[in-house]
Amino acid sequence: MSTERKGTNKGSPSAAVRIALAGNPNCGKTTLFNALTGSRQHVGNYPGVTVEKKEGGFRHAGRDIHVIDLPGTYSLTAGSPEELVARNVILEEAPDLVVDVVDASNLERNLYLATQFMELRVPVVLALNMADVAEARGQTIDWKQLSQLFNVRIVPTVAHKGRGLEELKQAIIEVAEEKPPHQPAKVTHGQHVETELSKLTERIESACGQETQAPARWLAIKLLEDDEVVAEHIGKTCQDAETIMETVRTSRNHLARELGDDAEILIADSRYGFISGACQESVRSTVESRHTLSDRIDMVMTHRILSIPIFFALMFLVFKLTFTVGAPFMGWIERFFGWLQEAIVGVWPTGSAPLLESLIVDGIIGGVGGVLVFLPNIFLLFLAISLLEDSGYMARAAFIMDRFMHKIGLHGKSFIPMLIGFGCTVPAIMATRTLENRRDRLTTMLVAPLISCGARLPIYVLLIPAFFPKAWHAPMLWLIYVIGIALAVIAAKLLRSTLFKGEVEPFVMELPPYRMPTLRGTLLHMWERGSLYLRKAGTLILGVSIVMWALLTFPQEVDYSRDYDAAMGVVAQQELPEEQIEERIEELEKARQAEELSKSLAGQIGRGLEPVLKPLGFDWRIATALIGAFAAKEVFVAQMGIVYSVGEADEESTPLRDKLRRNYSPLVGFCIMLFCLISTPCMATIAVTKRESNSWRWPLFQLGGLTLLAYALTLIVYQVGSFAGIGI
Amino acid sequence: MPSSEQATALPLAMLRPGESARVSHLASRSQGDCRKLTAMGFAAGVEIAVLNRRSGPLLVRIGDSRIALGRAMAQRVMVVLDG
Repeated sequence: MSTERKGTNKGSPSAAVRIALAGNPNCGKTTLFNALTGSRQHVGNYPGVTVEKKEGGFRHAGRDIHVIDLPGTYSLTAGSPEELVARNVILEEAPDLVVDVVDASNLERNLYLATQFMELRVPVVLALNMADVAEARGQTIDWKQLSQLFNVRIVPTVAHKGRGLEELKQAIIEVAEEKPPHQPAKVTHGQHVETELSKLTERIESACGQETQAPARWLAIKLLEDDEVVAEHIGKTCQDAETIMETVRTSRNHLARELGDDAEILIADSRYGFISGACQESVRSTVESRHTLSDRIDMVMTHRILSIPIFFALMFLVFKLTFTVGAPFMGWIERFFGWLQEAIVGVWPTGSAPLLESLIVDGIIGGVGGVLVFLPNIFLLFLAISLLEDSGYMARAAFIMDRFMHKIGLHGKSFIPMLIGFGCTVPAIMATRTLENRRDRLTTMLVAPLISCGARLPIYVLLIPAFFPKAWHAPMLWLIYVIGIALAVIAAKLLRSTLFKGEVEPFVMELPPYRMPTLRGTLLHMWERGSLYLRKAGTLILGVSIVMWALLTFPQEVDYSRDYDAAMGVVAQQELPEEQIEERIEELEKARQAEELSKSLAGQIGRGLEPVLKPLGFDWRIATALIGAFAAKEVFVAQMGIVYSVGEADEESTPLRDKLRRNYSPLVGFCIMLFCLISTPCMATIAVTKRESNSWRWPLFQLGGLTLLAYALTLIVYQVGSFAGIGI
Repeated sequence: MPSSEQATALPLAMLRPGESARVSHLASRSQGDCRKLTAMGFAAGVEIAVLNRRSGPLLVRIGDSRIALGRAMAQRVMVVLDG
C-alpha cells in the first residue's frame, strides 16, 4: 500500500502525492473515497481522539496518490473533535492539496467549508459532486465561472456512478505539480475586519516568525473568532503572546462596538457573502427544490400524529426482517458446524491426542460456531439499519424521538445509537461519536448495554420455550425487550440528574433529503458494522472459548464418588436386551461427565459462587454459564449445554430444554433472562467503552453498576415470586 | 445591524408551521451553539421557513436544506417575520 511510502522523498517527481479528502456530511465523500481507492484502504483512529482515520491510495499517470479521508464537517472551528482533526491534518501533515467534495445540489453551504480551506492557503481542488442531481431539477452551475471566482480547479463528478473520476485524478496531479503551489482566491472580510486582521497578522508574523506552520493571516482570523485552541497554540509558541491576546481583545471589542456583532459572526457573514456573490454569478436556476418530493414524504413521515405509528411499524418491520428472514440461514450455518464437528471426529485417528481433538471440536468449533450461527441475524439487522440510515429516515426518527429523549435528559441524536444497540452494543457505543456533548455521550454509552442486543437473543430463544406455553412466547420476548428499554430510560434519566448533571445539549441536525439507497452503499454500511461481530468471533470469542474449554476440561484426573467403569462393566454383564444396556451405559456416562464437570475448575468456581447466587434461584451450573456469558452473552447457551452434558447444545436442542424444565421452575427461567439482560455487559462492550471514553473509570462503573442492578432486580423478582408462589 | 430590526426580532421557536422569516441575529449564550448554527447556515439575512413543529423540535427550511432544531436552539435564533 502506498501508505508505507508516505513522504519518504517528497519533492522528487516520483514521490507520492498526498491529498486530504474533505467535505460536509452527506455530500458523497465516502462514496468518492471508495471509488478512488477501491480496496486499498486502511482504517484507524486519530491519536487521542475517537475520530476514525481512513486512509487509502491509488495510482494515476505513474504517480502514487495517498489519500487521507478527513471526517465529514461543516466547518473548521475548534468546536468538535472532527473539525479539529480535519484542520490539524492540514496543518501538521501538510498534504499537497485538499480535494473538497461539494454537494452541487446544496452548493452555498458546502462552499462554506471550502472557503476555510482557502483561508489555510492550501491548494484546493473542488469535486463538484452530484451535479447531475442539481441539473435534473433545473439548476445549471457554470463551474468554469465558479472556478475563476474561487481561483480553484473544479471537477464535476458523480461519485456513485464513477463519473468524473479520471478527470479528478488528472486535476490532482496537475495541481500538485504546480510550482509554486497553487493559491486559491482570498476571501476578504470587509473593511473593518480587514483592518483589524492586518494589524494582528503583522503582530503574529513578527512575534511568532517561523515557529508556527500555520499561515499568520489564518491564525489572526482564528484569534478574532475567539478560537481557544489557536489561542493556546499562540500562548505556547510565540513570544509576546500576552500582547497578541491583548490586541485580539481590543480588536474584538472595537468590532463589536463599531458593527454591533461578534467578530466570529461578522467573519462567517463575509464568508457567506463571498460565496453567495460567486453563486449569483455562476448558478442559473429554474428552481425546483430537490426537496419537493422529499418535503411531501416528510409531510407524512413527520406528521404530528401519523409519524408515531409509522415509526413503530418500521421498527416492527426491522425486527421481523431480522428474525424471520434470518431463520433459514441460521439453520444452514448450524448444520454446517454440526457436520464439521462430526467430520473431524470421523477422520481423527482414534486415541491419538484426544485433548487436542476435544479442544478443536468442543472448544473452538463449539464456541466460535455457536456464535457464528447468529451472523445472519446480526447482518440482517444491520442491513435494515443501513437502509434506514441511507434512505434518510434515521434522521427523521431522531427528530420524532427528540421530545421523548429530551424528557430523559438526552436528545434526538442519542436515539440512533440506541437503535443500533438492538443489533450489537459495540457499534452502538461507537455510534455515540455523533454526540458533541461529553455528558450526553457518556450517558448514552453507559446505558446502551441495557438495550437487548442480538447476542442475548439465543438465551431467550432457548429459555422461553423451555418454560412457557406457546401462546406466551412472543409476549414474553417482547416483555424482556421492553424491560431493557425501560431500564435504559430510567438509568439515563438517573445519570443525567446525578453524575452528568447539566443542561440538555441543544439539538441541531440536518435532515438530508430522502434518497433511494444504493445497493452498494447499503451493503458496504452493513458490512462495516457487521464485520465487527465477525471479528469478535474470530478473536475474543475464540480466545474465551479456549479458556472456558480449559476450565471445563481440567483437572483431568478426578476422584469420582463411585467407580463408573466398574458400574458400566456390571451393566454390560446383565441379562438385558441390547437397547436397555446401551441406555443404562449412556446414563452412567452422562452422570460421569456431570460429576467430572462439577469437579472441573469451572465447576469449582461455579460452586464457589453458588452461595451468592442462591438467593436468585441460581445453582452452580447457571453460575458457570454466567461466567461464560461475560465473554459473550451467547456463550451462556453453549455453556448450559455442556454443563447438562448433552453432547450438542445449540438453542434448538430439545433435550436441553427438557432438562432445564425438569431442573428449574419458570420463575428461575425468567430470572435467568432478567439477569442476562441487565448484568455484566460483555467483554467487547467493556473494551469499546474503555476505548471510546478514554478511561477505565467508565467501563468499570458500567460493569459494576449493571451487575449490581441485575443482582438487586433479580433478587427482588425471585424472592417476591417465590413468596407469592408465582411460577414455581 | 440596525437596532430597529433587533427590536422587532423574535425567537424562531415562536414561529408556526408555514411561516417564513429572515434571520436577524443569534442571541448567543454559548459560543459553541453560535458556531454550530452558523455552520448550518443560520447567518444574518438568510431566509428560513418553518415546515413542521412538534411539541419538541422544529423542522426548518434554510436555503436548500432541512434542519431539525431543538426548542432550546430555536430560542437562540432571532428572526424577523416576513410581510
